[in-house]
Parts: sequence; structure tokens; C-alpha cells
Amino acid sequence: MSDHLSSYEPKNAFSKWMDSRLPVMRMMHGQFVDFPTPRNLNYMWTFGGILTFMLMVQIVSGLVLSMHYQASDADAFNSVEAIRRDVNYGWLLRNIHAVGASMFFFAVYLHMARGLYYGSYKAPREILWILGVIIFLLMMATGFMGYALVWGQMSFWGVTVITNLFSAIPLVGGAITKWLWGGYSVSGVTLNRFFSLHFLLPFVITGVVMLHIWALHVVGQNNPTGLDIKTKSDSVPMLPFAIMKDAFALAMFVLIYAWFIFFVPNYLGDADNYIEANPLSTPPHIVPEWYFLPFYAILRSIPSKLGGVVMMFGSIALLAFLPWLDTSNVRSAKYRPKFKWFLWAFFFSVIALGYLGGKPAEGSYVIWSRVFTAYYFIFFLVIMPVLGLIEKPLKLPNSIMDAVLGGGGPMAGSAAAAAPEKR
Amino acid sequence: MTRFVLKGLACLGLVVSLGSGLATSASASGGGDEISRQHWTFGGLRGHFDRAQLQRGFQVYKEVCSTCHGMKRLSFRNLSEKGGPEFAEDGAKGLAETYKVSDGPNDQGKMFKRPGRLSDRIPSPFDNEQQARSANNGALPPDLSLMALARKVEVDHPFYTLPYHMIKDIVTGYQEGGPDYIYGVLMSYGENAPPYKDNGGHLAKMTEADAKANPAMPRCATVVSEPGQADVCNKMSEGMHYNEAFPGHQIAMPAPLRDGVVKYADGTPGTTENYARDVSAFQAWAADPKLEERKRLGLMAMLYLLGTTVLLYFAKRRIWSGVPH
Repeated sequence: MSDHLSSYEPKNAFSKWMDSRLPVMRMMHGQFVDFPTPRNLNYMWTFGGILTFMLMVQIVSGLVLSMHYQASDADAFNSVEAIRRDVNYGWLLRNIHAVGASMFFFAVYLHMARGLYYGSYKAPREILWILGVIIFLLMMATGFMGYALVWGQMSFWGVTVITNLFSAIPLVGGAITKWLWGGYSVSGVTLNRFFSLHFLLPFVITGVVMLHIWALHVVGQNNPTGLDIKTKSDSVPMLPFAIMKDAFALAMFVLIYAWFIFFVPNYLGDADNYIEANPLSTPPHIVPEWYFLPFYAILRSIPSKLGGVVMMFGSIALLAFLPWLDTSNVRSAKYRPKFKWFLWAFFFSVIALGYLGGKPAEGSYVIWSRVFTAYYFIFFLVIMPVLGLIEKPLKLPNSIMDAVLGGGGPMAGSAAAAAPEKR
Repeated sequence: MTRFVLKGLACLGLVVSLGSGLATSASASGGGDEISRQHWTFGGLRGHFDRAQLQRGFQVYKEVCSTCHGMKRLSFRNLSEKGGPEFAEDGAKGLAETYKVSDGPNDQGKMFKRPGRLSDRIPSPFDNEQQARSANNGALPPDLSLMALARKVEVDHPFYTLPYHMIKDIVTGYQEGGPDYIYGVLMSYGENAPPYKDNGGHLAKMTEADAKANPAMPRCATVVSEPGQADVCNKMSEGMHYNEAFPGHQIAMPAPLRDGVVKYADGTPGTTENYARDVSAFQAWAADPKLEERKRLGLMAMLYLLGTTVLLYFAKRRIWSGVPH
């Protein structure tokens, strides 16, 4: 929090010398050791740490993979196979990286859902939220280009479909598309630049993540009540409390991650991507990776190409405006009895869109895609602004500590004072 | 957390109630439902290959499939490596020497043929796609190195049972869609496409006995039905073969296996079913040669992580005990 001062005390001569020159330890101590975290955080608050871990895993595994990978249309697929077959533990590295992308998105969706549910996008966390939207966009670009690098059938045709979307832009669309491709069609030239960008973007993400954490540590964490930290009793120091909880949650997450790596590494992938890219043969169903399916469904639900592209990008861009679209001054959906159900219906719509995005665009699938797409936009553009004005929220607890102890009153206050503040 | 889970379950309830509309709209694009799951020794969490089966599978590949299909991602050395058929190294070397591999250029600048070595890839039967197509009635026999990963059995579950099937497959570690598919195709050849009877625009599938009584019945590989229109019969194309498991039911490859075409040395009966099963298992290994190493390491990794998680859980509980949260 902005008014939080580090309780760091340099203990030896070197750390005193260092502290008066570059107080990095003081900063780290203030931000990650005695930083006040709300005492009532639930496990949905552990995904920030999990995501930071995933970013590191992807960067490290990706770095080693890049030492064995060849970004050319003739060699890309063969080099991936060489990694799987001939590089020492190459199969493990490759599974860590490919499954890691899915786990990264899995965690980011839960992280975003938590933000939506507890109103973490509202003042004073607007910038924090917008930085998150930017990270999400960068992740999507990175994930998409990484999938292209395998240069299997689904890689190639996925790139063809998605880059072709830019041709829908009036007047300059064709030129932009050719510029992206580096030629007149998707080719080895495209692959090479995707490799270059796929290597660069994770470091850009790292930079934005630092800003994201900085912004978080200026305003402090939200919590399930949505109340601000008012007194010291509302919070506990980050170490050991929040860190220990994060560590346990991370271990649970890694258990699931490892299950996919070792036992079902191909479950989340498409079998067609084990066929080398062939520009002359189009697969019957071109489907993106699962984490893009909701947006793919929105794209396909609109009968006009330009309209679909606008709606798809709009559905993500819209997220950046949430702080101003939500007119309620209560943060947490816990205390918003009506909003809560509209929000669950929204989560359901996104999952339904994910299902529909993986199905052929025909018959009732298209109709249902339109229904859920409509709800996606109505939720943000109509329900959020209107409901905030007319909904009567439940009574908010006096403080985080009161909420934890279940109600208010003098008893709660004294219990709070008696609660051990372990250090 | 529990609240999130409860709400999630409520959502699921909504899914089921919204269900039936979507469930019935699944399209009838052949392939998938006809293929049943087989038991494989390499399935599941402790899966491992049956060496004898892989050796027999290689024999089937070599004596039958390799006349048209390559396995270009396999080297002869792979055949004697750990976790595979584990042929004796001398055997693999001897096998390699029976192949002529092109090499060069030599110091006169000429390409030449020499006997294969362990480090060589298994040579493909055709030099290029054009040669393969011209020898196979225009069809291209695909390379089999990755076939067991490049195919999957697609089953159209109604979407409200989909979460159940997904979780079941993840928890049981099901990854054998490829070998199931290969086995399914090899075992699903039919003499001819099934006969149909035209009932005022609707085509009804009949039995072979009916077709004998009425030879004029049309035989259709697939039938396309659109609401409000007469059904369309897709007849077999020239030179194609009917296959119940193959998408579209028309396959260019004639039935490759017959009882007795391969003589097994280990006394396993030479039946079509055994050939199909063995060659599918062999392809599963060829596509994923590190499967055994992966599963073995996986069990140890899971145990280690589980231990860590339990320790962290108790540490967390201890630290938070007496702290209201």
C-alpha cells in the first residue's frame, strides 16, 4: 500500500552499506515480507502468484526449447519431432511448455473471473485492471504465435484463418495482411517472424507484469468483502501468511499441471497438429486451441466478416472499460444479490461459447452462439451500468475483521484486538 | 472457494436443463462412433509396451505396410533402444544392412547406394509424393511415424455429459485414440457399401439379405439428409474401398490384412485381428518412443509433488491456526 513503510532493518555492515546506496532489500522487504494483505483472502487470490510462476516456467522452458528449434518451413516440424525423440528430456521440456500454455490460460481465466466477481476492477484499481487486460492481450498474441511454431496442420491453418481476419479491415486490410505474412500467403517467412515475436513478447509481458504488481502494491489487494483495509487488524503480513497459502495453492496447481505433462500431454492439443503443415490440404474443421474458443465462437456468430472481427476484438477491448461500465459503488458481488446471478450467467455464457467455438458453425450451434454472444455484450453494456443504479445491495460489514468474525459488535472488536499477530 | 464450487455446480445444473436442444443437433459426419476403445498394455498410468507385441508389429509393418507406407522418423537404432521393441543391436544392424540407402556425393561427385547402418532412417518406399501417387491410383499412402498421434476417435457426446467424459479421460490417462483408430480402420473393411431402400425420399439402411432379394437397391458410402429435402446417396467412387470406421467410409487402401499373410515366429496365431492389434501397438510406440520413460518419471514426480503438497498444507494450517481469516 502507498502509505506502507518497510520495517526493514539492515543487520550487518554490508547490508547497511548497500541500504544507503541501493535500498533494494528494503523495497523487497516492504513489498513482499511485511506487506499488509487482507486476512480474509480466499484461494481465488492465489492465482496471481501462480501466474507469475507460470510465466517463469514458460520463459525458462521456452529458452531451452529455442536452442533446439529451427524456425523454417522445411525444418520446424522436423525439429519439434527431434526434440521429442532425440534431445535428452526434450519430450519433457516440450510437454512442460505446451501444457504450460494451457495451464497459463486456465489460471488467467480464473484470475479474471475472481476480479469480476469481487469487483477488483473498481476504483482505485482501474489502472491495475487495465494493465491486466493488456497482459491478457499480449498472452493471447504470444500463445497464438507459439502454437504456429509447431508448424503442424492446425498451426498453419489457424495462422491462415486468424491472419486473414485483418483483410476485413476496409481499404488497408489487404496490405496489412500481406505485411503480416511477409508475402502473398502464410509461409516460412511468416513462421520466422512469429518465432522472433514469440521470443520477444514474454519479456514484454514480464515488464507489464511488473507494472501490474507495482500498481497492486500501491492500492493494496482487494478481498472477498470488497472493503478497504481500515485498521491494522484487517490485515496480516504477507510473510508468512499469504506466502504460505500461495505456496500450498501453487503446489496443488503444479500437481494438476504435472498430471497433464506426464499422463495426458496430448489431451489439450489437436491430433491434426501431428501432421506436418501442408498448404495444399485444408483440414475439415479448423479449430484454435481451447483457450481461444469463446472468442472464436463470437467471431463466427456474426454473419459479416468485418462485423465478426470487430465483435471479437471488441469483446476483449470492452474489458478495459469495466471500471466505468459498472456503476455500483459496492465492489464484491457477495453483497450484490442480483448482480451475482447475472455474473454467473455471464460465466456460463463464456463456457458455453467455448463449447460452441469447438463445434462446426452450422445449425443450432450458430443460433446458440448468437444467443450467448448477445448476452456477453448485454451483460457489459446494459446490465452492468443499469443494475448498479437500481440494485439494492446487502448491508456491508463494518470492516474486514468484522466480516471474518461474523458480524459486528464490541465482542468482535475485542476478539480482533486479542488475535495474535504472529511475526 | 467452496462458494465458487457451489455456484459452479449450480451453473452445471443450468447446462443440463438447457441441454436437449443442442444434443440432438449433432451432425452426421461419418467416423468416430463406430470405433470402440481397445485394451492396450501402454494405456493408463502405469502403461508399458509389450516387447513381443512391438516386435510382431514391426514384422507386420515390414512385410505388409512398408510396401506403400514409410516410417521416416524412425531410425534403425530406435528398434534396439530401451522402451521400444528392443531388438538385439546385432539384429537391428543386420536388418539395416538389408536396406540400400542412398548416400554421397562421393569424391567423384556421384551419389551412391550403400547398405544401411543403425544411424540411418528407415527408407521410405517411394522417393517422393508424385511417385507414391502414380503407383497408388492417385492416392498418397501417408507416412506412419506419427499416425498414432495424428488420429483421434471423435465421439459426439451430448454436451451435458461432456464434462463427465472429459474428466474421466483425464483422470484415467486415456491417450490411445490413435491406436484405437488405426485398429478400428484395419478391422472395419466391408465387402461393399451397405444397401439402402428409398422410402419416398428417405433412405433406409437394409441388410445384405434384402439386397440379395432386390439387387437394384442403391449402395451408399454415406447418406446426406437435410430437413425438407430428399436424402442424397453418396455412391462409392471408382477404386475406393468401403470401410465402416474411416471418415466418409471410402478409403483408397484395399484391406491390407488377411489371416495368415504374416508368419509369426513366437507362436501367436496369425489372425487379422492379431496383426491389426500388433501393428497398431507398434505405431503407438513409433509415434511416442519415450512413453515408458514419461509414465515412469510421471509416477515419481506425482509422488514427490503430493508429498510436498501435504507438507505445505500442514505448514499452512499451523501458521494460520489461531488467526481468524
